[in-house]
Amino acid sequence: MERRRRRELLGRIFEGIALAAILFGLLVLFLLLLDVARRGLGVLSWSFFTSYPSRFPEQAGIRSALLGTLWVMALTALFSVPLGVAAAIYLEEYAPRNRVTRLIELNINNLAGVPSIIYGLLGLELFVRGMRLERSILAGALTLSLLILPILITASREALRAVPMGLREAAFALGATRWQVIRHQVLPVAFPGILTGMILALSRAIGETAPLITIGALTFVAFDPKSPFDKFTVLPIQIFNWVSRPQAGFHARAAGAILVLLAVLLAMNSLAIYLRNRLQRRHQW
Amino acid sequence: MSLRSALAAVMFGLALVAAACQPAATPTQPAAGPTTTPVTPAQQLSGEIKIDGSSTVYPISEAVAEEFQKAHPNVKVVVGISGTGGGFKKFCAGETDISDASRPIKTSEMEACQKNGIEFIELPVAYDALSVVVNPQNDWVACITVADLKKMWEPDAQGKITRWNQVNPQWPDAPLSLFGPGTDSGTFDYFTEAIVGKEDASRGDYTASEDDNVLVQGVANDKYALGYFGLAYYLENQDKLKALAIDNGKGCVPPSEQTVRDGTYQPLSRPLFIYVNRKAADRPEVEAFIRFYLTQGPALAKQVGYIPLPDTVYQLALQRFEARKVGSVFKGGPQVGVSIEDLLKAEQ
Repeated sequence: MERRRRRELLGRIFEGIALAAILFGLLVLFLLLLDVARRGLGVLSWSFFTSYPSRFPEQAGIRSALLGTLWVMALTALFSVPLGVAAAIYLEEYAPRNRVTRLIELNINNLAGVPSIIYGLLGLELFVRGMRLERSILAGALTLSLLILPILITASREALRAVPMGLREAAFALGATRWQVIRHQVLPVAFPGILTGMILALSRAIGETAPLITIGALTFVAFDPKSPFDKFTVLPIQIFNWVSRPQAGFHARAAGAILVLLAVLLAMNSLAIYLRNRLQRRHQW
Repeated sequence: MSLRSALAAVMFGLALVAAACQPAATPTQPAAGPTTTPVTPAQQLSGEIKIDGSSTVYPISEAVAEEFQKAHPNVKVVVGISGTGGGFKKFCAGETDISDASRPIKTSEMEACQKNGIEFIELPVAYDALSVVVNPQNDWVACITVADLKKMWEPDAQGKITRWNQVNPQWPDAPLSLFGPGTDSGTFDYFTEAIVGKEDASRGDYTASEDDNVLVQGVANDKYALGYFGLAYYLENQDKLKALAIDNGKGCVPPSEQTVRDGTYQPLSRPLFIYVNRKAADRPEVEAFIRFYLTQGPALAKQVGYIPLPDTVYQLALQRFEARKVGSVFKGGPQVGVSIEDLLKAEQ
């Protein structure tokens, strides 16, 4: 009896520790959100969205930064998602298990841990100078695509690996080709998991400042980017600049811009979650 | 829902978000009257002007770009922040038209420019003053000598000078907490040159931050703190900080617009510069922009917390630009206590 009570006590203690851990995280997040909302809600107005940056805090807006962020994110998704998913499919479904593939896997995992500024330096030499894209939206999106590819590939592979082997074998047994198996059986089942990876990867990209500053993204842009070859700025750079200005008015603008960035991020994520839930309901065994 | 339609939905959703956030076409602000005297009519000017460099000069270039674009809606002026050194790297690679600099160009940077065949015109645009600040509760010091500042900040002080009374026995026996910018900052370069006498020579055991607002908070919350940063940060936080007068052997001089302009706030006033690519200077939009900068810049610099140079300096700079006089009047490093006016005149 005594031992049993001790075991149960231990179990409850562990549960308490785990609960405290999640509460701590939530509390910090809540306080951060509360603080930024308290400072930033006041500046949110229509003109905040339609104005360009200005030396007068009360006139400064995020128009060019928000458009820049949307452009860069759309292009980054366009480049990185097909590449990342295709690479994961190759590694999981086609590649033979040998030392070369293991080496590739090891490198992908390592790349996921490389500091983002290194990708910025790579992007500067490769895209800005090498391919002469200058400091364009395209150069920024390509750099961010490189940055999140390892995350995307790793997450997509996890999703593909979670598809039961029996499903593939059953399809093969019916005479399906490998492509047919992937296209009609594996991908639809793995897709919700792949979407989760996309959320994580794009959420990382949207907040990145360092690699974009390295490739020479700008701070003051007072026109709307109209093509992938235009110069641009993004919300995190605008926030970074406003936070470091002496005038308190700019600090409030920075908080407002953080709220907008959060809203864009949440909108992006909820779209993905909505799609994931719809797809998950369809593929239940 | 098949995979294809799901992907299509994601792409469509993204496009929708992008489209929805495209603000309704607000007409570009009409030019606010004839603010300048461009040679070519305003509506004819077009093109792109690329500026990058110092974060200290950024607010001035931003203000000038903002006003210039109101007058010339077809010219796209973009301003980046790469730091003075990072800005020169891009400038000397021919990637930018104008480089913002919080110190004169260094010899190594001049060589890099030369190697790529880039010639530049050096133009001073405003003064910045470094302010030395303490906590408002500090009642034992209102004026500090350059020698005492050196005693606090020189490399030899590291680990040794840790209490106020070690600098001056009349000051309290209390810990000395120092706050200053990080080593990448042009402010750090200038302060060490002006106070310690050798560029980048500083003790390392102080609280360093590249964000001056962090330094403001640090000094505001610590009774025994002392820190230094740009004057604009003091002016915005006068209720939380106390600026010290500086005694350079000629009595105590507090930082103010007047003392900086008349050259008595020494050695902590420094000129800020823009460097213009010689080839870019012949493009009409760049030419108009520089003329705008040197005529409207003084008032704009004041609005964003900097101190305009004497009027004669702007005239000399404009002459220098019109004559397309290339090269630096400095010998590859900051010169402390030399008036920019004298340097420009000596060149004439």
